[in-house]
Amino acid sequence: MTTAERIAAAPTGTETAGHPGPLAYPAARAAGCPFDPAPAVDHARREQPVTRATLWDGSPCWLVTRHQDVRDVLGDPRFSAEATRPGFPFLTAGLRELITSTSSSLIRMDDPEHARLRRMLTADFMVKKVEAMRPDVQRLADDLVDRMTDGRTSADLVTEFALPLPSLVICLLLGVPYEDHDFFQERSRVLLSLRSAPEEVRTSSDELFDYLVRLAESKQHEPDDGIVSRLVARGELDFEEVANMGRLLLIAGHETTANMTALSTLALLRNPAQLAKLREDPSLIKGAVEELLRYLTIVHNGVSRVATEDVTIGGQTIPAGEGVLCTINTANRDDAVFPGGDTLDVSRDARRHVAFGFGVHQCLGQPLARVELQIAVETLLRRLPGLRLDVPFEDVPFRHDMAIYGVHSLPIAW
Amino acid sequence: MRVHVDQEKCCGAGSCVLSAPDVFDQRDEDGIVIVLDAQPPAELHEAVREAAAICPAAAILLEQAPERV
Repeated sequence: MTTAERIAAAPTGTETAGHPGPLAYPAARAAGCPFDPAPAVDHARREQPVTRATLWDGSPCWLVTRHQDVRDVLGDPRFSAEATRPGFPFLTAGLRELITSTSSSLIRMDDPEHARLRRMLTADFMVKKVEAMRPDVQRLADDLVDRMTDGRTSADLVTEFALPLPSLVICLLLGVPYEDHDFFQERSRVLLSLRSAPEEVRTSSDELFDYLVRLAESKQHEPDDGIVSRLVARGELDFEEVANMGRLLLIAGHETTANMTALSTLALLRNPAQLAKLREDPSLIKGAVEELLRYLTIVHNGVSRVATEDVTIGGQTIPAGEGVLCTINTANRDDAVFPGGDTLDVSRDARRHVAFGFGVHQCLGQPLARVELQIAVETLLRRLPGLRLDVPFEDVPFRHDMAIYGVHSLPIAW
Repeated sequence: MRVHVDQEKCCGAGSCVLSAPDVFDQRDEDGIVIVLDAQPPAELHEAVREAAAICPAAAILLEQAPERV
């Protein structure tokens, strides 16, 4: 049975009053609606916002689907981010392998250990530090557009612009040689693919880890101004701990922004009135990026936690030891916070979105992501006045099979 | 309005600085919040309230001045 059939077959009403059947998760998006959350989950948000679900291996978890409830879970230290706790929900066997086979990175730790490690990185991503990088990011973006358009009238936006821009930036920040991008991009792809077998995930994860351990060791002899080198120089972490942090930042630093850039471009091309509005008034770009983050929410399968005590969320008690998935994509469509939330509106005040998560684990790199996305989108619209999709929309390959949503490629012309 | 921050709770996400840059900044050494103006003028109150609302760590507390009678 395909996922779609499972959803169609799943009871949507109440079989026994008050005890609806669990929803098979992840659920499929509706055909022709690739920007919208799966109908079954969005339906749950309206009808039964804290609802039972069944994962791929038959294990149960709770889906928390509304904006306020998602904030309540992710802001509450009684919900743990530690994947080693029984009941922690995993989306695939591969992701379970990735999260449990290797030593934890800080996104899978609770405070105070999480805070101790995070505070070694917060200064590198703070607003004024990242704002100072604008001229460098702009130069990289312009160089990529120069190269992409040189003697050509079409290209794949993902490989020529959306992916290299954040990869170049995170390499500079970390002190990772960009020449190695094929190596780490391929490993990241395997790690984030929902189709990867557990052994593939482990191999890719180990290779990336070993690469970063060697890089950390090399920085001891040849220090530079990058984050990896400075973490080594602090002397508080061993090479493996530095490699763990480096791997997290390397993957998070390029996959997320790359996919947001390509998906944002596509969403604007599909909403020409919004695209025209943004072209006409480039001062809307900051708000437009918040709206695109809200509308597209590329962490499309949600954020996992496990309850360490009985906690009541949205009137439903979640017992200690049970897993929770916060579906931030449905939270970002919650009409209570974003009226007409299924519509892309670049002039909306979308700042309360939870696309970066919420609580103490909220995306560390968000100031950088914002600057990169503002520059990427503004530069594309300014430099490519004839920007258009170069294939029928129906032929765009969406990343339904990846932990980070987006498009595998985006053929464009100008 | 009086603005209080809890630097222990702060996770350095920086969203307050983006919402109200005249009121909040981040410490150079670790990116943790600092208050530039603990009693901001009325025209900044809405931005400060937004900053408090979006703070992921609930590290911003606002004390409203009692209405004068």
